[in-house]
Amino acid sequence: MLLVLEQVLNGLQLGVMLFLLAAGLTLVLGIMNLVNLAHGSLYMIGAFVAAGVIRLTDSFLLGLVAALPAAALVGMAVEVVALRRLYTRQHLDQVLATFGLILFFNELVRILWGPRALFMDVPDWLSGTVEIVPGAPYPAFRLAIIVVGGTVAGFLYWLVRRTRLGMLIRAGASNREMVGALGVDIKRLYTLVFGLGAMLAALAGVMAGPIYAVEVGMGEPVLIVAFVVVVIGGIGSVRGALVGALLVGLVDTLGRAFLPTLFRAFLAPDTADGLGAALASMAIYVLMAAVLAWRPRGLFPAHG
Amino acid sequence: MARPAVTRLVLWGALVLLLALPPLVQGLGADFAVGVATRVLIFALVGVSLNLILGYGGMVSFGHAAFFGAGAYVVAILAQHDTQGEQLVTWPIVIDGTQSALIAWPAAMAVSALLALVIGLIALRTSGLYFIMITLAFAQMLYFLFISLRAYGGEDGLSLFARSAAGPFDLADDVHFYYLVLGFVLLALWIKRRLVASRFGRTLRGIRDNERRMQALGFPTFRYKLAAFVMAGAVAGLSGALIANQTEFVSPSFLDWQRSGEILVIVILGGMGRVYGPVAGAVAFLLLEEVLSAWTDHWMLVLGPILVLVVLFAKGGIWSLIERGETTDG
Amino acid sequence: MVDPLLEIEGLSKAFGAVVACDAVTLALHSGEVHAVIGPNGAGKTTLLGQLAGEIRPDAGRIRFAGEDVTGLPAHARAGRGLARSFQITSLFPRFTALDNVALAVQAQAGHSFRFWHPAARETALVAPARTALARVGLAERADVPAAALAHGEQRQLEIAMALASGPRLLLLDEPTAGMGQEDSGRMIALLSALKAEGRMTILLIEHDMDAVFALADRITVLVYGQTIATGAPEEIRANSEVRRAYLGEEAAA
Repeated sequence: MLLVLEQVLNGLQLGVMLFLLAAGLTLVLGIMNLVNLAHGSLYMIGAFVAAGVIRLTDSFLLGLVAALPAAALVGMAVEVVALRRLYTRQHLDQVLATFGLILFFNELVRILWGPRALFMDVPDWLSGTVEIVPGAPYPAFRLAIIVVGGTVAGFLYWLVRRTRLGMLIRAGASNREMVGALGVDIKRLYTLVFGLGAMLAALAGVMAGPIYAVEVGMGEPVLIVAFVVVVIGGIGSVRGALVGALLVGLVDTLGRAFLPTLFRAFLAPDTADGLGAALASMAIYVLMAAVLAWRPRGLFPAHG
Repeated sequence: MARPAVTRLVLWGALVLLLALPPLVQGLGADFAVGVATRVLIFALVGVSLNLILGYGGMVSFGHAAFFGAGAYVVAILAQHDTQGEQLVTWPIVIDGTQSALIAWPAAMAVSALLALVIGLIALRTSGLYFIMITLAFAQMLYFLFISLRAYGGEDGLSLFARSAAGPFDLADDVHFYYLVLGFVLLALWIKRRLVASRFGRTLRGIRDNERRMQALGFPTFRYKLAAFVMAGAVAGLSGALIANQTEFVSPSFLDWQRSGEILVIVILGGMGRVYGPVAGAVAFLLLEEVLSAWTDHWMLVLGPILVLVVLFAKGGIWSLIERGETTDG
Repeated sequence: MVDPLLEIEGLSKAFGAVVACDAVTLALHSGEVHAVIGPNGAGKTTLLGQLAGEIRPDAGRIRFAGEDVTGLPAHARAGRGLARSFQITSLFPRFTALDNVALAVQAQAGHSFRFWHPAARETALVAPARTALARVGLAERADVPAAALAHGEQRQLEIAMALASGPRLLLLDEPTAGMGQEDSGRMIALLSALKAEGRMTILLIEHDMDAVFALADRITVLVYGQTIATGAPEEIRANSEVRRAYLGEEAAA
């Protein structure tokens, strides 16, 4: 039972990290109608900047503080230089151009930080464990991720639902001309949204640093999963991204933890482990195919 | 279809060059170039297959490497069972391993076609971005499946003991292998030329341009799209069988998402919806890779922005430069 | 009396709170031109979408040539002889005019799983396509890509495509939409000629009252999704409710 609780928490932790990535993706998709494969690069850049700063200063917080604006700046620069020209293009063009950006950023990071993976330590003040229920210690760092992710989700909800910026974002998603007619500088709004998305991606990257390796190409696998989240949730829907992210996080984590054990009940251990692992790694894609077969536009379709 | 002189000149010139390439480069002492050219042609073939659904059918599949990789694995797995003398399937029928190209390659095509049928049945119900993502997701699924297949090398992949046996062709000989691959590419191009001008091809182009109108005219569009998707899968499977033979090695990286991206790039760089476009695209892309990587280790730093520039400024791809001024309907 | 070719019974469709089609009942007899008119937002296009099979009705039935087609998808209805034209020109812009029409012929010429023979050289497809082009007066423009045709010509091409499938019922969605005086005059003449041949049954959705009164045998007036009157043109002209609800507005505009 305690094992289940621990794995559920792990699933939540993965879920909120995916949400941080998916939120930016889905906003950019819903508002600018842009498929940005290079979103994963911003996640990677966030992690590398943080790792670099931490190495110099020995302070996790300084790393975090440096990484967020750095990624936001890179994101906004890319938006202004290249992506802005792609808003009216087909998805195919966007996929291709941002694929090119991935190659560029991966190589750039390799030049700047070298080809080897960096390791980031959990900061001292979060290195302990917390007893959530008696007898079930859980790493404080992972718990912190859940808390930070939850807070950001709340903040985003407030931002989109309650503020003028959020009103513009929602209006921009459904009617570009109208927002333009309101006298809002659409271009600036887009750049701002892009910077916000980049910052969220970087936050996810920094928090992922101590758990996974900080390495070139770390952004792509997680990006694809984030896209799965966006598609499951419904393109353009922040709420959908949250539900989708938690769903994907839980299915993936619980599948990996328990499917092999489950299969051991009626298969030879070797076969069970192999089959269980294979199915677990495919589980989220099966989930996505099932959701799309049931609702071709995701759980919370934002438009129409 | 009368083609302008320039196009005809380029086509015949390219054909002569391709036919004369092995003796030419061997004369120059650059034997390795035969291998490079074979690789280019194999990627041209997989590009041709993607072009059928992308360029003529308007289906943006971001998972084409799945069929490519599956074809490669079919050849490698059959070969492994043959060398180890283990049967692949013992029930309900017995299937032995084999190294014969006559069996393994059609098997690769059949398996990839079957995969395309299953994936297509689900994916083609969606459209737009959802289609892009669901094809990508299916490819990822297969990628992880092969990673977890420890019996076939898992993440490390699987080496072939030798190339397939193909009757009079000695595939271990790079030149023989080159001509065989060239033959496949020419055959595929010929078939595709006929195909796109046929009733089926016209139906496909109509669906690409205006699917709703096609339905109103009375075309049950889904089954035509599915048929094209399966055909493209089969040819991608053949390309995979060829690449497995060329490298004498397969690994999950044959079907990862970057590979799917590269195949997309090849088609678009060459010119979507142009019969010969993918060949031009494969030549350009792989040679660019060769040249850039010879020049600097950090060649992707250059390649990436080139792709962005191509998308932004060179719509229509290389083939549209060759066919400039000619109006085609697709 | 002969059974009607098309029978619509209690057809209803709502989009959220907006009732676009409210228990519409209508019958079309072979050989008649039946116009459906109504102010903007009256539900004309929704009605046509349901007839063509693109919009699923909430309630009601559609019978075509004695068969219930309510649940059939668009392509199956087209296969039974229900052809439509689109209000916003919907062509294959990269295809030539001839290929556009030939595609419409092909749609009704068996399955298209034919992979080898060049379709452009199939007389069975090209000859009827040329005939249809000639009927709408586009014979000379056969080899021009549809995108390069003038707006009026594109509308004519729409009609040719609908004709080419040899339909038993033609659904025309505002064939004169966006046309100038001269073009719409030509379109009305073209449709009159089709009508004079006497074989065609047409359901015409139209804004242009000149076209409606020149062509229609009967007229149905739709307001807020409801039929408020059906009858011969002179009855409709004389109907006070229609004048108030619709023609009045039109006259004032």
